[in-house]
Order: sequence, then structure tokens, then C-alpha cells
Amino acid sequence: MRAARWIAPVVMFVAAILAWQGVASTDWFDDLTLASPAEVADSLWSDRSLLFDSLGTTVIEVLVGLGISVALGALTAIAMHLWRPLHEAAYPLLVGSQAIPVVIVAPLFIIAFDYGLWPKVAIVALVCFFPVTVNLMDGLRSVAPEQLKLMRSLGASRVQTLWKVELPSALPSLFSGLKIAATVSVIGAVFGEMAGAESGLGYLVLLDNHQLETPRAYAGVVLLAALAVGLFLLTTVAERVATPWTREGDTTA
Amino acid sequence: MQTRLESPVEEPLVGQADVSVTGIERRFVARRRRPPVLALDGVSIDVAAGEVLAIVGPSGCGKSTLLELIAGLQAPDAGAIAVGGAVGADERLRACAYMPQRDGLLPWRDALGNAALALECAGGFTRARAREAAAPLFERFGLDGFESATPAELSGGMRQRVAFVRTLLAGRPVLLLDEPFGALDSLTRGQMQEWLAGALASEPRTVVLVTHDVDEALLLADRVAIMSPRPGRVVSELRVDLPRPRPRRRTVTTPEFASLKEQALEALGQ
Repeated sequence: MRAARWIAPVVMFVAAILAWQGVASTDWFDDLTLASPAEVADSLWSDRSLLFDSLGTTVIEVLVGLGISVALGALTAIAMHLWRPLHEAAYPLLVGSQAIPVVIVAPLFIIAFDYGLWPKVAIVALVCFFPVTVNLMDGLRSVAPEQLKLMRSLGASRVQTLWKVELPSALPSLFSGLKIAATVSVIGAVFGEMAGAESGLGYLVLLDNHQLETPRAYAGVVLLAALAVGLFLLTTVAERVATPWTREGDTTA
Repeated sequence: MQTRLESPVEEPLVGQADVSVTGIERRFVARRRRPPVLALDGVSIDVAAGEVLAIVGPSGCGKSTLLELIAGLQAPDAGAIAVGGAVGADERLRACAYMPQRDGLLPWRDALGNAALALECAGGFTRARAREAAAPLFERFGLDGFESATPAELSGGMRQRVAFVRTLLAGRPVLLLDEPFGALDSLTRGQMQEWLAGALASEPRTVVLVTHDVDEALLLADRVAIMSPRPGRVVSELRVDLPRPRPRRRTVTTPEFASLKEQALEALGQ
């Protein structure tokens, strides 16, 4: 039964690859415009050392950026949850952080932080901060009022209520935020690299584009997508391990 | 019924506290720029130490609000409340154990962990120590074997038992039970009423029990206060002089029970 769930998506995926190969094999496009899956596969193998070096750079940018955004986002969400005046003061700023067009800001970060790792990390952290913070904050607020009354009547301190009730209740929301963050983090890193870099997959794809190394550019895109999907799947697995009760049919009662 | 076994938690403070509610009013702002709705209109109730009082009334008559006012979870707009002589909301919070309508079990904790929550918060126990101290009560109240079951694995009746054990473990002299069996089917509810009567016989406390079920009130309580629809007022009080224990089948068929039930239904306007 479980295997059956995988059949349809796999068939769909293979069909899409075959259709791509079919279109690329016609002479509607020349080889410099459209690389075929076979050419991309060939590039993934023959250019593997360059591609995977670049992937390594991007992975580090993404992971460090994600880590910073989760740490800062969790602290911000908890602080805003515990202290209402901070919530009111900082909320517009928080929304504003998401309204910043990253494409435009990326070059400014490069000017401010110079080439290298940190401007990319800053951009990844910027795009991931909002989904992490807002989702965690919503989760912390979503506890049933009755549950909070119960904790008050049991004589629980603010920290006990936060630790024993609010944070565990907020975990599913936090993971929703992390899933969004995991996927946008890769886009953030690519923007950062395109604005100015010496390595990384975004940088490589841009370079290959200019040099008409079309198959390698496609190979880079494939790896970027795989990275985002991989991070998403890892988050899903972590969610299943950390919140087993959400799959028992009964949610918070 | 059940004889008291050796005390589970270093002699839980089975206090003797009375509850006195005098002239309580409570208003709610239901919608902005509308006059507030009067939920409770001059409610006065006295509960003697060790007495079980049931409050019966139609939905929306403010009986749950009354319970939260006694517990110190809400503040009245007028009137005075004292629990064991304590009038401040914080002192009342420390004198009452409140069992919410829905069981309020945390889905990520197992049954024993949920009951032990009371000791972690109210008693400052560590998690492990709290579990250890809560375990004997599981045996006493028919929950042994279910210690590590998650709430989702428990039946409605078992969940209420865990919630009740948690309420007991708070170690407060006054129990405030808000429609504890309202969500159960009627067969399970009957079993749980007998179970609760047995539990209270072995762990006597002052109890205020809110219910909309007249039979439940008469089976469990020493006295029944009947409330009117909103704005809530106490319209009648009945003393329930039925002998204890009150096994359901033999009690509900007696003429005394029928007569009390008729008086209660009449007061409810049924």
C-alpha cells in the first residue's frame, strides 16, 4: 500500500524527463539554447568536481543562514510572545523585513560585507527570518485558552507554561515555517551569489549562462532544486520525529 | 467503598475549606460599542467544608463563569468570594484545583506525565520525581497499565480519569469540576459518575461540580443549586438526603430520587 503512493509521482517524473528529452532531441532548439537531460547528466558527471565544489559553497551559505535565522527567529518570537509591548513595537518592522525586495538588496549587502560568505549568509537569514518568526509566534499564541487557565490554576510560572505547554504546542507551526524557510533559503543564497561571488552554484550558473555552457548551467539548476527539496524532506523527517502526536488523529484536546 | 490505602503523595493536603460566594455580578462585552451582557446577576452560594455542591443550569447561564470566578481565574464586577477565608484571587487560585470542561490533556505527554504535570507546577517536583509520586494514584483510580498510553490512545472516560487524578494531585482542598463528563456518551457517563463518587469517598474534598445533567447532580452532590437562564441567578437549592453510596441503578429508581428530580426539573422550568 505504501509503495503505491510512490508510483504515480515517479511515473510523472519519468514522463516529464522523457518529454524534455524528446523536445531537446528535435531540431526546434539548438544545443546552446536547450540542454537535454542526457547532456545534463553527462555534465553532472564530467563536471562533478566543479559542480560539487560550488554546491558545497552554497550548502554552507544556506545552512549557516538558516541556523542564524532559526536562532534569531526563535528568540524574537518568544520575546514578542512574552512581552506584548515588544510585539506591538516590532511587528511592523518584522513585516517590513519580508517586504524588502531581496534581489535589489543583495548587491547592497555585497557592498556592505564584501564578497565571500557573510553577505550570502545575511541574505539567507533575512529571507528565512520572517517565516520562522511569524509561524512560531502564531503557534505560541494558538494554545487553547482553557489550557492556559489550567496551567494558571495549577500554579505554573510563566516559564513553566511556556516550556511545558506553549512551546510544544507551537512545534507544528514552527515546522511549517521551517519548511518554507528551507525552500526559500536556496533562492536567497542564489540571489546573493548572483550579486557578486567567487564560488557557489548561483555564481556558476550565471557564469555558464554567459559562456554558453548550457548543459552545466542546467546541471547547476538541477543541483539547486535537489538541495531545496532535500532540505524540505529533512525538515519533514525532523517534524515527524519531533511531533509524533500530530499523526495520531487527535490534535490538541 | 474503597478503603484509603497508604497515602500516595506525602499526605496530600486534604484541607477543610469552605467556599462562600456573595452577590456576584459578572458582565461581558460581547460586541464592541454594545452594552455589556449581564452573565451573572447577584449569585450567592455557600459550600461547607467537605460538601459536594452541584450547580445545574441551562447552557449559557454562566455556571462555568461562576466556577472560574471561584477559582480566581476571572474577577467579578461586584460581590465577594472567599475560599477557606481567602478572598484574594491569587490566594483562591492556590486553594482550588480546577478541572476544565475538555480534559486539557497534553497530547505529547503520556497519561502519567499528564497527571504528574500538577506536581511539576504546583509542587515544584522534577519530571521524574513527579511521575514517581503520581504513579500510586493510577493504581488507586483504575488507571494502572495505562501509564504510558498517550491521550489519543485513551477512551473518553479514561481521559477524564487522568484529568481528575491531575486535579487531585494539585493538592488543593477545593475541587472545581466543570462538566467533567459532558462529552461522554450516557453509558460511560453513568460509569464515570459512580467512579467519581468512589474517588471522592476515598479522597474527600470540598467540591463544586457544574453540570447540565440533573441525574448526575443528584447522584453525586450533597446539595444542588439550580440556576436560571442568562442572566444567571440561583433560583432554587435542593438538599440531597439520599444515602451513600448511591449505586446508579438502585438509586435512580427510588421514589425519593424521583421526587428530587421532579423538584429540580420544575425549578429549571422543564
